[in-house]
Amino acid sequence: MGIQGMELFAIGVVIILFVAVLKQFGILEPMSLEDSSDSDLELSTVRHQPEGLEQLQAQTKFTKKELQSLYRGFKNECPSGLVDEETFKTIYSQFFPQGDATTYAHFLFNAFDLDRNGSIRFEDFVIGLSVLLRGSVTEKLNWAFNLYDINKDGYITKEEMLLIMKSIYDMMGRYTYPSVRDEAPSEHVEKFFQKMDRNRDGVVTIEEFIETCQKDENIMNSMQLFENVI
Amino acid sequence: MAAGVAAWLPFARAAAIGWMPVANLPMPVAPTNKNKHQDELIILNVSGRRFQTWRNTLDRYPDTLLGSSEKEFFFNEETREYFFDRDPDVFRSILNFYRTGKLHYPRYECISAYDEELAFFGIIPEIISDCCYEEYKDRKRENTERLMDDLEDNKDSKLPNMTFRETMWRAFENPHTSTMALVFYYVTGFFIAISVITNVVETVPCGSTPNQRDIPCGERYTEAFFCMDTACVMIFTVEYLMRLFAAPSRYRFMRSVMSIIDVVAILPYYIGLVMTNNEDVSGAFVTLRVFRVFRIFKFSRHSQGLRILGYTLKSCASELGFLLFSLTMAIIIFATVMFYAEKGSSSSKFTSIPASFWYTIVTMTTLGYGDMVPKTIAGKIFGSICSLSGVLVIALPVPVIVSNFSRIYHQNQRADKRRAQKVQKARLARMRISKSGSSTAFLHSKRNGLNQSLELTGSLEEDQQMKKTTSLLESQHHHLLHCLEKTTNHEFVDERLYEQGYLQTALQNFPSRSPSLSSEEGITGTCCSRRTKKNMQPLSATHTHSHTHNLQELSALHIQCGEQQPLNTSRSSLNLMSDESGSLNCKSSGLVTTAIISIPTPPSNNSRASPDAPPPPNPDAPPLPNPGTDVVKISAL
Repeated sequence: MGIQGMELFAIGVVIILFVAVLKQFGILEPMSLEDSSDSDLELSTVRHQPEGLEQLQAQTKFTKKELQSLYRGFKNECPSGLVDEETFKTIYSQFFPQGDATTYAHFLFNAFDLDRNGSIRFEDFVIGLSVLLRGSVTEKLNWAFNLYDINKDGYITKEEMLLIMKSIYDMMGRYTYPSVRDEAPSEHVEKFFQKMDRNRDGVVTIEEFIETCQKDENIMNSMQLFENVI
Repeated sequence: MAAGVAAWLPFARAAAIGWMPVANLPMPVAPTNKNKHQDELIILNVSGRRFQTWRNTLDRYPDTLLGSSEKEFFFNEETREYFFDRDPDVFRSILNFYRTGKLHYPRYECISAYDEELAFFGIIPEIISDCCYEEYKDRKRENTERLMDDLEDNKDSKLPNMTFRETMWRAFENPHTSTMALVFYYVTGFFIAISVITNVVETVPCGSTPNQRDIPCGERYTEAFFCMDTACVMIFTVEYLMRLFAAPSRYRFMRSVMSIIDVVAILPYYIGLVMTNNEDVSGAFVTLRVFRVFRIFKFSRHSQGLRILGYTLKSCASELGFLLFSLTMAIIIFATVMFYAEKGSSSSKFTSIPASFWYTIVTMTTLGYGDMVPKTIAGKIFGSICSLSGVLVIALPVPVIVSNFSRIYHQNQRADKRRAQKVQKARLARMRISKSGSSTAFLHSKRNGLNQSLELTGSLEEDQQMKKTTSLLESQHHHLLHCLEKTTNHEFVDERLYEQGYLQTALQNFPSRSPSLSSEEGITGTCCSRRTKKNMQPLSATHTHSHTHNLQELSALHIQCGEQQPLNTSRSSLNLMSDESGSLNCKSSGLVTTAIISIPTPPSNNSRASPDAPPPPNPDAPPLPNPGTDVVKISAL
């Protein structure tokens, strides 16, 4: 009697089971020889210790006690000594619970990360703070210009300003009075350029910026606002 | 705001300089740190163990004992330290909460001791961090259950003034309360047993008559069995009726499982009485007798274990369902395979797939009756695979059911899963609350007019008056948010009110209408239900926020200030953007001017006719000095 259809199938099943049992005994090695990778032991801890207290005192305008208190807060949040962009965004977003502060935090991060290596060290942090809190008005304006100039080419274009403006409006969130319309950021950018762009060439240079700001009383007053933050 | 990032607040405020060149409005004044002293170490002496920390660390949570001025009560002058006569081990966790922002619950601590310490230091348990929260909730639940059990045991003492009905119900539920109840309990148990035995013996063949056939006892001693049956059913009926009478909620009792079993147990007898010995219905009558076996379930009132078994099966419904489903799948697969395997052989018992079901079930449960046996080789191969897999499929869900039963039996936890759902809901609500906490805090302080005091023309006394209610940290944070508002020329509003805002009326214009001004709900009820219109200023809806704060009246009228002034210029348009002129006017005219004016104006009918314009306040009122805050309160009443 020839092999019937079902018998063929039965034989097939038996062979499969046989192979399965052999695999269990390890006699038949699986085809792929996987090397158990040591990728789990990746050393992900990079630590950074800041420069000494005296050097920092020389580089910034903070007193020793202020530096100590700043470092304590910094180290508490970032024990490894470095702030990466994600942590930075998380921390900054906690101050603005109603809106989305991540875009503005990104720009801020770039403004603080002076050597553009993707993480802020304590020195960068404290130098930035020193400019903002203890610097002269010109230095502060310089810092603000640096913040707005996303590609750091020395000119603020309308596109860059629009990005910054949108990120600021994003921080407000949805629930505002009056509601933020979609044109609000671009209108605000137009107003800004009207004020700042003297020669109407479509970009704002650092000289135009500083000159205009020094003439505006509101801006000059508000620059002094945060003197006593630390 | 989390404590850990409180250290970064100076940074966030400094970074706000980035907004300054962009803003068109002047910025509010920053809150000054009056008692600015260098951060100092403070010593906390807890039952002799000294803890030291920075003062700033404790100030992060101003609504707890250590963060507020309440700790001054514990200050010891001689030793210049704060002395607490509490448990130092638990205090370690509490202090770590201030340091790291996370509250942990150590496993070795007793739950009630821990709770007491938390209550003393003013920390709510809901902020226990996720890593320890489950453990905490489990222990807490066990504790409360234990307390409830103790309570129930104490409840057995006879309460006076219980009605006869209540006494009876208690007697039924708990037979140990009185002798009568015990007697009743045993009597019913005895009769259930008698009834079941009668049913069984009825079918035993006893003795043979001159005919060849053995007749069962039931047919031989018909009257005796009938009397026995009647007696039992009588007892059961009386018992059921008494329970029904005594039940506190008859409807609920009738829906309960036990009562249904009772009914099913006695119903066949009555149906049998009603129906005559008709040949047609005798078949149905015989079927009904089967239901008499349900009397055995009445024993579950007498046996705790039986009840637990029933409860286990109910709670393992999903596992049982899985078992059933997988068995069904396997049966169908193997039956099909066997049928086609055995199709070739002659005189095969596997006549159809459903016929093979029987074989598959018998094989998978390893019974192997042998009435159906495969004859072909393929059939035998598949048959052996079938029996091997049967063992596995049945063995898998069984341990789950067994462990469930043992857990329930030992711990005797009722409604475990129901409570777990509630806990999950509560956790989600808790996390939502903590997230929205900081945004509501800002809006809260806005309503209290704190930010008004930070305006550039704000005065010093106001500053001091308002400062009491928030900490320096909070006021700095609110100042930061205020600067952002000024930069973008938009204001933050509460999420709920933003949506409600389009439906609310100008509540601030009709506070005199409702006599109970202190209840915000009163104002809502009288006014806004009658007038719903679009384009109302959403901030007026802040009134609906149920607040018990004293300054609520004040704040209601404060917010007016920002909205009324633009209305002076144009009565009709209500969704005016609060532009610069609006806010500046607000500052100059003082906080209370419009408030006083609008209250005496009664809600005139013309306002109802023209719903788009609230009654205009008198714009010419001179600005009042700051003591006007008191004036507002008086006139508001």
